[in-house]
Amino acid sequence: MTGIDALAARLRADLGPDRVLTDRQQLRTYECDGLAHYKVIPALVTLPATAAHVAAVVRACAETGTPFVARGSGTGLSGGALPHADGVLIVTSQLREILDVRPDDERAVVQPGVINLQVTKAATPYGYYYAPDPSSQQICSIGGNVAENSGGAHCLKYGFTTNHVTGLEVVTPDGERVRLGGAAPDAPGYDLLGAFVGSEGTLGVATEVTVKLTRLPETVRTLLAGFASTDQAGAATSAIIAAGVVPAAIEMMDALAIEAAEAAVKCGYPAGAGAVLIVELDGPAAEVAAQFDEVSALCAEHGAFETRVAADDEERALIWRGRKSAFAAVGRISPDYIVQDGVIPRTALPVVLRRIGEVAAEHGVRVANVFHAGDGNLHPLVLFDDAVPGQATRAETVSAAILDLCIEHGGSITGEHGVGIDKAKYMPRMFSADDLDTMQLVRCAFDPDGIANPGKVFPTPRLCGERPGRHRGAHPLHATDVAEIF
Amino acid sequence: MGVLDELTRPAGAADVVCGVPARLVAAPRDTAEAAALIRAARGLAVVIRGGGTKLDWGPPPRELDLIIDTRWLTGVVEHAAGDLITVVRAGTPMAELHGLPGQQLALDAPAAATAGGTVAANASGPRRLRYGTARDLLIGITVIRPDATITRAGGKVVKNVAGYDLGKLYTGAFGTLGLITECVFRLHPVPAASVFVRAVAPPLHAAKVLAGRFAASACEVNAAPGAEPELAVLLEGTPAGVAERAAAIAELLGGEVSSGAPPWWDVPPWPTGGVGIKLTGALSQVPALVATAVGTGATVRGSAGSGVLYAGFPAAPPGAPAADGTVEAGRAVELLRAAATRAGGHAVVLTAPAGVRETLDMWGPVPGLALMRRVKEQFDPERRFAPGRFVGGI
Repeated sequence: MTGIDALAARLRADLGPDRVLTDRQQLRTYECDGLAHYKVIPALVTLPATAAHVAAVVRACAETGTPFVARGSGTGLSGGALPHADGVLIVTSQLREILDVRPDDERAVVQPGVINLQVTKAATPYGYYYAPDPSSQQICSIGGNVAENSGGAHCLKYGFTTNHVTGLEVVTPDGERVRLGGAAPDAPGYDLLGAFVGSEGTLGVATEVTVKLTRLPETVRTLLAGFASTDQAGAATSAIIAAGVVPAAIEMMDALAIEAAEAAVKCGYPAGAGAVLIVELDGPAAEVAAQFDEVSALCAEHGAFETRVAADDEERALIWRGRKSAFAAVGRISPDYIVQDGVIPRTALPVVLRRIGEVAAEHGVRVANVFHAGDGNLHPLVLFDDAVPGQATRAETVSAAILDLCIEHGGSITGEHGVGIDKAKYMPRMFSADDLDTMQLVRCAFDPDGIANPGKVFPTPRLCGERPGRHRGAHPLHATDVAEIF
Repeated sequence: MGVLDELTRPAGAADVVCGVPARLVAAPRDTAEAAALIRAARGLAVVIRGGGTKLDWGPPPRELDLIIDTRWLTGVVEHAAGDLITVVRAGTPMAELHGLPGQQLALDAPAAATAGGTVAANASGPRRLRYGTARDLLIGITVIRPDATITRAGGKVVKNVAGYDLGKLYTGAFGTLGLITECVFRLHPVPAASVFVRAVAPPLHAAKVLAGRFAASACEVNAAPGAEPELAVLLEGTPAGVAERAAAIAELLGGEVSSGAPPWWDVPPWPTGGVGIKLTGALSQVPALVATAVGTGATVRGSAGSGVLYAGFPAAPPGAPAADGTVEAGRAVELLRAAATRAGGHAVVLTAPAGVRETLDMWGPVPGLALMRRVKEQFDPERRFAPGRFVGGI
């Protein structure tokens, strides 16, 4: 019996036979997450139904030195939940109970497999909602949101997942169940909760999540403005922020993204627009009314040739439909595309968008831009046709060049999709060796044996047990050709 | 002469932390010099001092050789108004950051407190209800580790999920993981108008304010033995908008609209040399927490809208049979800790006078302590930074 067979037998005894998959066809279902060009078939898949099951799996992994990877809905776009070939995949989608909705405490307690939008649906009857809303909120799980610290359009005003999680139960890589934070704020001690959120599964598995619920605003108003160019739309965005208005969301789409959205969902955006802005304002009615007039005037001042206001929820949904469908819609105008995710300071938008256009032209590929303009979170869609020799490579070159542009302008290589496996090699471009070493001190505290989602986030693992700062020169793994430094 | 001799001076009478005198003091002028100092100080027990407004928070250091003073690590390095961010050196007084043109770092803190100290203590005031705390507003940080390595985390953009969010780990770590030398903060526009609504009302009525869609920036409670409890709400926005909302809240609570804050607003409820306790709990439990605290003789203030309260009493609580108040303070902490636990939160003694301090478990029980010890072991294996001042004797 191989090690994995023995592990499977042990886990079947702990979890029940139906909760452990070893059949190769079944395993294949889990070979990738939302970033489908990385595929790895896991050695074993587990479908725990309780936190105790998760702890049992992790403990078994710890005792046998087996790598494990946690996976929620599998919608991640950086390969964060890509399985390990010799490891166990822990699928949390059956842990999907909303355990408690407590409007008086402005909290909800949920299991990690609960779908993001379901939290809002459960809270709405009480006048509350769950503010972080990734574009995939209809399908992504809270556990995945916690792992990736993912957010969406409304994070500009309300902050992203990390600002809305007040408590976690986690299974640490040694199989212990530990509570971090709770319903109350400011738990004493190190903010391990803050370190865990966004750690991409490398510090353990969340098994229960306490989230903050946000009071529904009195009023929401959404406007759509058409501009001749992204420069104009970018200038309008900066003017809105400079005027002291913090909208609930400011989203921008360029001509190519608009073309794709029109082809897919006929959203009826202003004809001939080189860029559209969607600005959403929420809050007390009088405040929203005053800000709305200000935003409309600023858009007009910066060249908006058409401004539309959603008169009701239906029209509001139509305005958003174009934006929310944009990623998928691009599939209608291009056989293949790469979704990039980078961040720049908002004021650098015009110059970076122009440079993206230039780089794309140099390499003969098209780039559609659809992004969160308010916080500078770009989502360039690099279009290509894999059937045309060389195009995929050129698209990857452009995609990488965009990240370099983000770093060059003081931004980040990811604003919401995470580093995962896809961007681990870019981490040294953004952080020094010492910065990465410091992050790995935390990793070593949680996971000294490096079994929690290994190979993600960091291009080369640190050897735990080294004294910090005492090792200079080549990393031992690099020196012995075990790992590559990008 | 070694680097240590060049950068340090002998400690004076004022260079004392919670009764523990230091041997040496150094005030480095930039990050590089601070790193050189820390490298040279290998083997020495270190406490970091900013504006000193919270230096007496926490247990005394187990040992103290060197105070690193951040008084010269000051200045706004960058204020990118269009990006709503600022980069500041750790020793910059908060007063300076409260006066950025048209924008604000929305953290309540005494004027003399420093940016780094406010982060290290994760201190917060009334406006945390709207803007969050240092952990929410800090987007980038430079820290010198105890082994003298200079490291950065986060960056200069609000939205950033590259790597671990170490800024959160350093926030509230009380200088036990290294020296913060630079912080990057998210800013907010200064609101066009702000008004207060004051009312004599029980803490329970804060729930009415939260349940209404008033978007309050702060909702504070003030209660003391023998006095009527008060609530005060801060509203920010356009002049017309705040006037309308203030009128509605004033009617709801039977209170009055005023342009100024009540005298107790953001003032710690303990006298100099008294006992100060931070109490947290789930929102619905705030009234019970306030009642228990007032029952022990404490004055209680804090955010009824976020579940963070501060209780304070003189060193010897009223009616204390023991001359030094020792027994009474201990009993009060016990009662408050039990109440906070029932409320789903914690009671942490921030400060207490000498003589009382030694008898108290200042931090109380801390879930996840074993993991925290492992983090400390990784960052500071020789346990030199603020030894004994943090949870569980870290």
